[in-house]
Amino acid sequence: MSDDVLVTIDDLKVHFPIKRGIVLDRTVGYVYAVDGVSLTINRGETYGLVGESGCGKTTLGRALLRLVEPTDGRADFDGTDLSTLKGEELRTMRRRMQMVFQDPLSSLDPRQSVESLLVEGMRAHGLDKGKEQTHQRLKELLAAVGLPESALRRYPHEFSGGQRQRIGIARALAVEPDLIVADEPVSALDVSVQAQVVNLLEELQDELGLTYLVIAHDLAVVRHISDRIGVMYLGSMVEEADSDELYRQPLHPYTRALLSAIPVPDPVVEDSREQILLSGDLPSPADPPTGCRFHTRCPWRQETLCDTDRPQLREIGEGHRVACHYAEDILEGRLSPHEVEPELVQPDAVTS
Amino acid sequence: MALLEVRDLSITFHRKGEEPSVAVDNISFNVEPGQTVGLVGESGCGKSVTSLAIMGLLPSRGAKVGGSVTFEGEELLGLSQRELDERRGRDLGMVFQDPLSSLNPVVPIGLQISEVLERHRKLGRKEAKAEAAELLNRVGIPDPKRRLDEYPHQLSGGMRQRALIAIALACRPRLLIADEPTTALDVTIQAQILSLLSELVSGTDTALIMITHDLGVVAGLCDEVNVMYGGRIVERAQRHALFAEPRHPYTHGLLASIPRLDAPRGEKLVPIRGSVVDNIAWSRGCAFAPRCPSQLEECWSDPPELVDDRGGMLRCHNPVEVAPMAAEGAR
Ligand SMILES: Nc1ncnc2c1ncn2[C@@H]1O[C@H](COP(=O)(O)OP(=O)(O)OP(=O)(O)O)[C@@H](O)[C@H]1O
Ligand SMILES: Nc1ncnc2c1ncn2[C@@H]1O[C@H](COP(=O)(O)OP(=O)(O)OP(=O)(O)O)[C@@H](O)[C@H]1O
Ligand code: SF4
Ligand code: SF4
Ligand SMILES: [Mg+2]
Ligand SMILES: [Mg+2]
Repeated sequence: MSDDVLVTIDDLKVHFPIKRGIVLDRTVGYVYAVDGVSLTINRGETYGLVGESGCGKTTLGRALLRLVEPTDGRADFDGTDLSTLKGEELRTMRRRMQMVFQDPLSSLDPRQSVESLLVEGMRAHGLDKGKEQTHQRLKELLAAVGLPESALRRYPHEFSGGQRQRIGIARALAVEPDLIVADEPVSALDVSVQAQVVNLLEELQDELGLTYLVIAHDLAVVRHISDRIGVMYLGSMVEEADSDELYRQPLHPYTRALLSAIPVPDPVVEDSREQILLSGDLPSPADPPTGCRFHTRCPWRQETLCDTDRPQLREIGEGHRVACHYAEDILEGRLSPHEVEPELVQPDAVTS
Repeated sequence: MALLEVRDLSITFHRKGEEPSVAVDNISFNVEPGQTVGLVGESGCGKSVTSLAIMGLLPSRGAKVGGSVTFEGEELLGLSQRELDERRGRDLGMVFQDPLSSLNPVVPIGLQISEVLERHRKLGRKEAKAEAAELLNRVGIPDPKRRLDEYPHQLSGGMRQRALIAIALACRPRLLIADEPTTALDVTIQAQILSLLSELVSGTDTALIMITHDLGVVAGLCDEVNVMYGGRIVERAQRHALFAEPRHPYTHGLLASIPRLDAPRGEKLVPIRGSVVDNIAWSRGCAFAPRCPSQLEECWSDPPELVDDRGGMLRCHNPVEVAPMAAEGAR
């Protein structure tokens, strides 16, 4: 393994049991939240993970941080298999991986002042080395995220959404991590404030050499901030490429549809672009389709393979991986899209 | 005569022991038959309360509504609940962000639609049921006859939004108000719903008010766009003009700050500084002044008026003259 690699995820699976019954608590099925995902993240790079609601992005991030136990597969951080770590070792390793959440207000304890929120993590990891030094560090942290020193004595609810997200980022930075997993870091913020946080994340990366895993459903934000992007669909990775390449030459039918579905704030572009409208809904991750998980909605679905064989992620072109049996034929224009009859999806299949 | 005329609409909330708060401050706009008009602006700028006021859905206690809203020349403000009910069924339809909370959870979808048809279009039982299935079919719900007997929780988010649109369309309204109809949906589902909405209104004389914070949605859908800030309209323009030549520093700033899917990587975003909590009161000057890169001294003491500007309307002492950076960079 190369020295440049910080994170290696190999065939990772997280299946949540669906329990039924009050007394016996039988397991009646599984939610295949993450079902065999492999990826690597290099030191200092930003890896973007996109996909629609429920496709397993957050679960993948949480499994990497071992906030949820993977069902199968492995995740290595800086050359160490995380599943071999226990207790103190795991805690020490966790300091190096921090998470920034979507909703800053609900992830910050409202009864704690900003100072106490920031010091908490430092203390837990033995980074609180005396009053003077800690105060100096707090000042640096606030300066880094663009908040005034007076913020220390205030409480989360006294800040605007964007400022709260800055506090969340400062808290993650307080323990000097190598990797930050940012789960929808701007999606709860007003449009006019999102750019402030995006720029802040970029500046901090330049300054501190951080590695990011950015999880978001907003492909425009992810494309802006990421070096490489992985596209997930129903627990699987369907495509991975360099950020520009993915936009220029999406190979997977789902990625194509996703890109074409995003409205661009420019009427000239909007008037002329061709949309690939997908019919039907996302199937339930408790009952994923056989074969290619996208076949129920895929406009390029073929008679053979698509319904029966699960396509593996394979490399087509340098650093461009795609999980579609017919990627080459679609790319070369040998296959053309067709109408798809929407299949019904019952949302309750998972929960009731 | 415009289909809908909103004149000097203001909405003030009174809470016990608190200063009254002005949510909407003298806004005026027209909607012509068949036209799609956008209301955009960030959270709290007054988009939803504007639509609620038009629909007569604001709580009668605690909310004070001033000005005038006329539909085909008839004043809507001050109508009795019964008269409003009649109007809402017949002429005005509304689609909300969260379909689950606007559908009745214990009544089958079909019945929710046919009830409206029986009451407002005076259809018989059977006819209403057939028409309900036809409506579900029209909004793209597969196997509509079976869907009629299902409850809202049995439908996915996208299907619920379709069902809600079917209800809103049941009485062939002349005006449809959609308040963030796709914000809670995934992008591929959002694309379905937006294309459905535009299909439903284009080529008919049904007008649509589209409320959103997403400039991308506006760019593809609206004929005319009203940009709101702090309860006032700050800019109004035809969609092409607005994006090609945003005149208000807030509109301009928004366009420069959002990452575009089609922009090359590595280009820095230009954020708008501060947030709405920095706003000053419109009575003192321009609410946007504390965040505005083009502010002049007078912006802090002299509230700008909404005036005619290059075929649209503008509320600003120092309008922007150059094209937005995002658009320049992307081409
Ligand atoms: N603790 C859990 N127990 C059971 N099911 C879970 C649990 N956490 C997540 N899931 C399910 O796993 C699937 C993947 O969820 P996840 O939160 O990872 O998706 P996501 O891609 O982050 O979606 P979103 O964009 O909505 O945040 C969903 O169907 C979800 O309901
Ligand atoms: N029932 C109410 N009582 C008191 N204040 C209210 C009420 N409803 C809305 N407001 C206030 O009126 C202002 C405008 O709210 P509105 O819901 O119209 O915003 P919006 O533009 O729709 O924002 P969003 O994008 O978040 O939906 C806000 O400051 C809000 O707090
Ligand atoms: S494998 Fe078949 S169904 Fe899946 S994306 Fe490719 S063409 Fe579509
Ligand atoms: S009036 Fe002044 S402060 Fe307000 S937007 Fe125009 S230039 Fe900026
Ligand atoms: Mg998530
Ligand atoms: Mg609203």
